[in-house]
Amino acid sequence: MSEDTKSLEAIANREYAEGFVTDIEMEVVPKGLSEDVVRLISSKKNEPEWLLDWRLKAYRHWLTMEEPAWPNVQYPAIDYQDISYYAAPKSKDDAPKSLDEVDPELLATYEKLGIPLAERAALAGVAVDAVFDSVSVATTYKDKLNELGIIFCPFSEAVREHPDLVKKYVGSVVPYTDNFFATLNSAVFSDGSFVYIPKGVRCPMELSTYFRINAADTGQFERTLIVADEGSYVSYLEGCTAPKRDNNQLHAAVVELVALGDAQIKYSTVQNWYPGDAEGKGGIFNFVTKRGICRGARSKISWTQVETGSAITWKYPSCILKGDDSTGEFYSVAVASNWQQADTGTKMIHIGKNTSSTIISKGISAMQGQNTYRGLVRIAPSAKGARNYSQCDSLLMGDKCGAHTFPYIEATDTGSTVEHEATTSKISEDQLFYARQRGLSEEDAINMIVNGFCKQVFRELPMEFAVEAQKLLAVSLEGAVG
Amino acid sequence: MLKITDLHARIDDTEILKGVDLEIGAGQVHAIMGPNGSGKSTLAQVIAGRERFEVTQGTVTYEGGNILELAPEERAIKGIFLGFQYPVEIPGVTNKYFLKSALNAQRTARGETELDAMEFLTLLRARAELMDMDPKFLDRSVNQGFSGGEKKKNEILQMAMLEPKLAILDETDSGLDIDALKVVAGGVNTLRSPDRAILVVTHYQRLLDYIVPDCVHVLCDGQIAKSGDKKLALELEEKGYGWIEKEMTGA
Repeated sequence: MSEDTKSLEAIANREYAEGFVTDIEMEVVPKGLSEDVVRLISSKKNEPEWLLDWRLKAYRHWLTMEEPAWPNVQYPAIDYQDISYYAAPKSKDDAPKSLDEVDPELLATYEKLGIPLAERAALAGVAVDAVFDSVSVATTYKDKLNELGIIFCPFSEAVREHPDLVKKYVGSVVPYTDNFFATLNSAVFSDGSFVYIPKGVRCPMELSTYFRINAADTGQFERTLIVADEGSYVSYLEGCTAPKRDNNQLHAAVVELVALGDAQIKYSTVQNWYPGDAEGKGGIFNFVTKRGICRGARSKISWTQVETGSAITWKYPSCILKGDDSTGEFYSVAVASNWQQADTGTKMIHIGKNTSSTIISKGISAMQGQNTYRGLVRIAPSAKGARNYSQCDSLLMGDKCGAHTFPYIEATDTGSTVEHEATTSKISEDQLFYARQRGLSEEDAINMIVNGFCKQVFRELPMEFAVEAQKLLAVSLEGAVG
Repeated sequence: MLKITDLHARIDDTEILKGVDLEIGAGQVHAIMGPNGSGKSTLAQVIAGRERFEVTQGTVTYEGGNILELAPEERAIKGIFLGFQYPVEIPGVTNKYFLKSALNAQRTARGETELDAMEFLTLLRARAELMDMDPKFLDRSVNQGFSGGEKKKNEILQMAMLEPKLAILDETDSGLDIDALKVVAGGVNTLRSPDRAILVVTHYQRLLDYIVPDCVHVLCDGQIAKSGDKKLALELEEKGYGWIEKEMTGA
């Protein structure tokens, strides 16, 4: 591609700044799904027999399942035989031994995304396990983490190096029978991240993964498993972008978190998958299962998500509060602009005594976007003294968009406290005039008001992520107020 | 500095301003008084560029240029400030951040350098002290949970930070007790200077005991019915607006 063409493309793609395609050789398995494909994926990764069996069980179960129809989203039927289930960048040798061996063009892709592995990792103190399509290409800071006994590596490597841990915990929070998309993931998952924090260790840096879908017509099926042993702490960041394509792409990931006694896991996501164009063409279908279990007493799991991308979002990061006095938190900003549809929320399942959960959900709808909050708070009879606080706020921009709230509360214990608050507001002309009268442009005024609306969630994000989230929000809502 | 000629403005199908003429020179303080619904707030907002009102006739020139085509922020950058009758709440945005963004947006647009965090804070603290404002208000969301008096003080604080050339204060005195009124008036008076003009919109002459105007205008049914000096305000206090309205219809 000539330099001129490149720069022209850059201009054409400006609405979605991350919409470039990396031109490197890919190894793609032909389209379609069958037992043979599952076996092929497993053998490409030299997996042990037990994992192949697990995949096959999932695949056979998946054949008996039907795609869920209850989400408040509309999309054309997905042809699961028209998707390629595995794509890996071709390398001369199998895997790069260090950053120097990583394809420079691949690294350049990360540069454009603003995550130069080498520098940013060092400067920001972030260890990045970058998933490029399906194979993790480089992992930084590994040695430093090794000293503390922390394991942070691609999922496939964990299968080889730490089979006992993986075997013990994989599927323990999201079983392979869980739901249509999680089951599909269990059969064909390609790679992902594995984290283990040993007893009493506080992970000294934010662990970060950048997911990115590159090849056309490939689904991305990562699987992430984070185990925090007793008294440990970890903060994990997940960022996502996808290039711009006319057809829809499927993303069906699974994330499992396990917090043992007194452990804390903080999981933050900034999701910026391609949302489709102004006419609603293209974009990522994001069907993700994220769930954590607070197994031990006084453990804590906290989900923070900023969802600005995807054509369709279907995800409910959840907490099972099994240990007594354990805590679950969910902080979410979800944007639906243009023709985006989001059906997202959380589930807080209270089982242990004196468990508490907090839900703060901020939905922003603009243009023709449809935003649905769906949340479940279940208090089991055993959960004496459980407490929940839920707050769902919706902000509407324009008059063609929509906000919907479906809170489900199932409380059987009479000694529990469940509070739910919900508001719907519009950016008022009064607010805009006030800010503009002080000298702010209309766009800056809107950004400021929207950021104020999201503040309760943004302050939960690590600093550099919060800055990125604000920028993403500004880009997503450009021209949204008419 | 500001010259308004035959200004007509309406909202939807209702004409509110029906030919306003007004001229304010640099260094002057003018007061606009008048009964409810006479168009005082509309006039203030039309000068500031509120798009809800449609100007159907007349001109507004400021420093020699027509400003009717300018966006509200462009007028603000040229130094026009409106103190709101009902200051607006912006949840989640701190007062401090709001003011810093506004001030730096204006400075950038005028080709001046932005104030850094330290310079800004030093200035803000000094001004807040002048306004007798508890510093904790600076870290609270803009106007959220503020009492009526606190909101009005906050408007004057913003004015003191932005240092406008033309300040329009729309019923800044309403809802203020006498102590707060003195503080607000003090804030306005420190801004008085030979190159600034101030337009005070008020119901009561009480404020004018503290901010002494050069001219007083009475707005009745969308027109300036009478103009005079400070004595006119006292006369209105005594006799109400009825006699002016009669004078108008009788004329």
